Amino acid sequence: MLQMPEIDQDKCNLCGLCVEVCRCSAIVLVNNVVMFVETEECHWCALCEAVCPTGALTCSFEIVSED
Amino acid sequence: MAIDSNFLSSLSYFSGLTAAELEVIKPSFFEKTVQRGEMIFLEGELADTLFFLVSGIVKLFKTSAQGKEQIISLARPREVLNDISIFDNGPNPMSAQAMSTVNLYCIKRDRLESTLRMHPQVSTRIIQVLAARTRQLIALVEDLSFKHVIGRVAKILLEHTSDGAGSGQRLTQQEMAAMAGTAREVVARSLKAMEERGLIRLERHRIVITDKDALQEMINQEV
Repeated sequence: MLQMPEIDQDKCNLCGLCVEVCRCSAIVLVNNVVMFVETEECHWCALCEAVCPTGALTCSFEIVSED
Repeated sequence: MAIDSNFLSSLSYFSGLTAAELEVIKPSFFEKTVQRGEMIFLEGELADTLFFLVSGIVKLFKTSAQGKEQIISLARPREVLNDISIFDNGPNPMSAQAMSTVNLYCIKRDRLESTLRMHPQVSTRIIQVLAARTRQLIALVEDLSFKHVIGRVAKILLEHTSDGAGSGQRLTQQEMAAMAGTAREVVARSLKAMEERGLIRLERHRIVITDKDALQEMINQEV
């Protein structure tokens, strides 16, 4: 399963800004619920996290070392 | 679509006006729709129209002489986009690009000036908006000049390195910003700077540390 950003539905106020800002149409609003569509086109730009006014949407990073 | 008085009253500039006063100023505004990717205004140009964002997202950014883009902020609905150049009659200090389909309410400078003469209380609201913005910019100056945020971000990366098995703690840029005592945008800029110096590699949902020693050195120098 492809990793996608996460959304806390309890915090989401359905403003739709994340849907509008997503460059790869990976975020959709279906029946008043914001959902992610799995796609390799999502390059983790984190714009959805940046525009979310309630902090509902998160693009977390795992930090690893090459050593 | 007609100008909506309720929306006008929700803008910080006009929130103190009565319904009757809003009806008087409403004809001064016109609406504009901009498609995703289109420029709303360019850095360096003179402005004669003030834009309020009704819907959509607008990227406000500066471009360096080398063509490097620096995002100043992402404007959300109800924000004003270019008050600086409207009020000081100077060129736009940054460019604005629609990140989605964008609807704007627009008012020409001369109509705005007559509105201010008729309704001086709007000037008081504008002063409050500009003062709040100045306060944010002072905080940003503090971040950029005194805090050496990049060293703190380097420290956070080294302290939160996981084994790569996917079971370790994950961090968002917002969380790193809270830990470093700075803004998310400053963390994003720091990560980009580290990548350009070859210290880390930004992958999809992973930050790979490629030069641990150099990161440690950065901490010793800057924290």
